[in-house]
Amino acid sequence: MLRVIGIFLMILAFSGCTSFKPWVKPYERGLLADPIMAFDRDPVASKYLMHVYEAREAARGAEGGAGGGCGCG
Amino acid sequence: MAAVNRPVQYLATLFLWLASLHCAALVIPEDRADAMYHSYDGGGVTIDGPSILVRKGFKEKVSVYANYYQDMVSSASIDVLTSGSKYSEERTEYSIGADYLVDRALLSFGYTNSTESDYDAKTFSFGVSQDFFGDMTTLSLGYSRGDDEVRRNNSDGSSDFVGDAQRQRYSLGLSQILTRRWIISFSAETVVDDGFLRNPYRQIRYIPSIGGEVGYAPEAYPETRNSDAFAVRTMYYLPYRASVRFEARAFNDSWGIKAENYEIRYTHPIRSRMLLEIKGRRYSQNQADFYQDLFPFENSHEFMARDKELSTFSSNSFGLGLTYEFAFKLPFAKKHSASLYWDFIQFDYENFRNALLSKKGSEEEIAKYRVGEEPTYAFEANVIRIFYTVNY
Repeated sequence: MLRVIGIFLMILAFSGCTSFKPWVKPYERGLLADPIMAFDRDPVASKYLMHVYEAREAARGAEGGAGGGCGCG
Repeated sequence: MAAVNRPVQYLATLFLWLASLHCAALVIPEDRADAMYHSYDGGGVTIDGPSILVRKGFKEKVSVYANYYQDMVSSASIDVLTSGSKYSEERTEYSIGADYLVDRALLSFGYTNSTESDYDAKTFSFGVSQDFFGDMTTLSLGYSRGDDEVRRNNSDGSSDFVGDAQRQRYSLGLSQILTRRWIISFSAETVVDDGFLRNPYRQIRYIPSIGGEVGYAPEAYPETRNSDAFAVRTMYYLPYRASVRFEARAFNDSWGIKAENYEIRYTHPIRSRMLLEIKGRRYSQNQADFYQDLFPFENSHEFMARDKELSTFSSNSFGLGLTYEFAFKLPFAKKHSASLYWDFIQFDYENFRNALLSKKGSEEEIAKYRVGEEPTYAFEANVIRIFYTVNY
């Protein structure tokens, strides 16, 4: 997976600093800036729920937001 | 070690390279303090305690945070009752970290220390985020390494060292603005575990010899575990002021486990000061290759597990949350609010049987359920989060 990540990053980086014109202009992003559109509005609360899931489920990783290891064995 | 160091160096080089690019505008996280009480109650286990998080920025370049977290555990879970007795203990966790805006890339560093009577864990993490394509795309890379020490407590109060474990996580995140109302994000994470990965107390059970009683023996796990997880999350701002969020995640690991979960969440403001959140989640997984509820005899396999978290099961969750922003002002704060979140989770195990029904209980129960023929296990849990937040 690391190789895929590397190739992806190179494509992104080489195209990222060109004179790209965003189709959603900065002044059109008011709705996206509303707190109700935050993926992780309250990190302290979402981190705890991730901890609950990780302790009760075999799956881990790609939780989004605040993750991290813990002594929850 | 060489196999572990190579991807670390590889990602570190990419981090530095990305951090040197000049084409984006990120900001440090907002200043806030949260004081939370958390509670988990289900399956004979109650865990509760506080969590306090304080974050403060300086000159819009650096943001530092500290988190104190505690679990107070009282466990009479089916695992504990099957092969031991009820216990109580505490786990305390301290985290510190910083986010640093350098050359318009956001670099993040963190350290977490978790201690309990029989388990210590130290985790270092760092990451970088960068915006691209007119700030419509945000890329994040992360790496963390955890070093754990596992001990086994004895009945006389002493404890024995049983092993170390190392955990490394490599993560990639990409979020993309699609329209004025719609945003999507993709996450991928690889986790590499190495060392003592089982619970030193949990036991497998095996079929009794003729006329004998069911046998118990320690679990035996592989010393490595690699896993990959991929997730997509998307949010949409509805035609009125409310949002809907959807999440799908797929997981697989070298122990043969495949899992997936789906979640949908609806956030709706009520008047100007309240936010209501409603969500539903489903999770399912199949068992690890070396999991069995009942083994044929002692040492019948090289690897043996009877951890219900490694069995085939599914869970359904329903959650409600309410946030209220106070009208009265604090002299040092922009705003402050109180939140209450409640999650109800139902766990339904397909091949983990309720061994208590053949081991303990009334004579009728023992006669009714022979070893290996007990009903499969199921339980429900309530998760509460109550917290007060100050934004300053």
